[in-house]
Amino acid sequence: MFAEFDWKLVIDSVPHLWEGMQITLMLTVLAIFGGIIIGTALALLRLSPFKTASFAAGSYVNFFRSMPLILVIFWFYFLVPIIVGRPVGGFYSVLIAFVLFEAAYYCEIIRAGIQSVRQGQVYAGQALGLTYRQNMRYVVLPQAFRNMVPILLTQAIILFQDTSLVYVVGVKDFLVSADLIANRENRLIEMFTVVAAVYFILCLTGSLFVKRLQRKYAL
Amino acid sequence: MIELRKVSKWYEDFQVLDDCSTKVSKGEVVVVCGPSGSGKSTLIKCVNGLEPFQKGVITVNGTSVGDKATNLPKLRSHIGMVFQNFELFPHISVTENIKLAQLKVLGRDDGEATEKSRSLLERVGLSDQADKYPAQLSGGQQQRVAIARALAMDPIAMLFDEPTSALDPEMINEVLDVMVELATEGMTMMVVTHEMGFARKVAHRVIFMDEGRIEEDCTKDEFFSELRGERAQTFLSKILHH
Repeated sequence: MFAEFDWKLVIDSVPHLWEGMQITLMLTVLAIFGGIIIGTALALLRLSPFKTASFAAGSYVNFFRSMPLILVIFWFYFLVPIIVGRPVGGFYSVLIAFVLFEAAYYCEIIRAGIQSVRQGQVYAGQALGLTYRQNMRYVVLPQAFRNMVPILLTQAIILFQDTSLVYVVGVKDFLVSADLIANRENRLIEMFTVVAAVYFILCLTGSLFVKRLQRKYAL
Repeated sequence: MIELRKVSKWYEDFQVLDDCSTKVSKGEVVVVCGPSGSGKSTLIKCVNGLEPFQKGVITVNGTSVGDKATNLPKLRSHIGMVFQNFELFPHISVTENIKLAQLKVLGRDDGEATEKSRSLLERVGLSDQADKYPAQLSGGQQQRVAIARALAMDPIAMLFDEPTSALDPEMINEVLDVMVELATEGMTMMVVTHEMGFARKVAHRVIFMDEGRIEEDCTKDEFFSELRGERAQTFLSKILHH
């Protein structure tokens, strides 16, 4: 089978695949940042003593965690243009979908991270006269994020894989770029093998990096 | 300076403080002792509002701690507190620990805060540890940094919550020495501790707590004479046994 493997096609496809990979990476990075920012806000609301705020954030999280990601992607693809009143393009609609979806997961990760900081640290900050906000910003969150680094990275790797779902609305990410070439040249085995190998290598490298970090932080 | 009037506190149905009243005057050193679970740590945490209480009044310098309108962060910034487990911030250096609240709460400029940190570290004998992280210090050193951090706020009173209980025996004295020095300088102090040597040396009054109640509240001399009640007697004979 590999005797017929069309290496030339693979090499010729690299520029196209790289374009797709840039979309995939951009989507991953932007969704991580957006997700962490909104997720942090949600976690703070969820842990706040104000019942309404806490309930609203909790409902948001439960809602998105009960939805299949692919449905959310579809939903925003059709919904966002209606809300904005004009077409926004596939990329922005999926970006919004990913940010809002990931925020629910990041919220739970960050909430656990905040709760992992000892109560005594909170007391110490309070006793020095820090306000709630200052205590969060200078004492609790820096420690929480340090404790969370490995799990945040693991979530990032999952997100990197999940971005391939943009296939359903035709955004030209890495997988879709390969798919287009595969169908045009009728070389499905070559293209999908290459795609699988690239995902495998990137994700495995990421996982090994996380493992090393965990060992380092365990000290 | 610190006054508690009929303070009671419950965790759900369980009463941890029962009608506690006492007073700490300016320049006074008051030692609070009692068996574990007697409510002494809870009592001291109520003084700066770290723990809420349901009944009674606590005032610090005339400001009511339990009043909803009280600006608690501002009130706390005038009262230093030292904890059993030191609670230095592990992610920043020793100097940054001492500077943080000076910069963010008191609004001092960086130069002033750094200078203050330097002189306080010298005072607690840790000038050479300024750039280390808390985890690189021994327990006794960490606790001395914690005292320096509290003093950096120029507090009107200091609260100590079992400051030597988590320390190895050979490190207890280096912390007590700093506290004795503070006491002799006239700092107002409320100290939860079992260190009776410290109490004998510098305390003006001793409070003995049991089951959430203040059982004894007397001068040091009265406490260490035979005048004290039976429970305090039993407690003292237990901790002074060896």
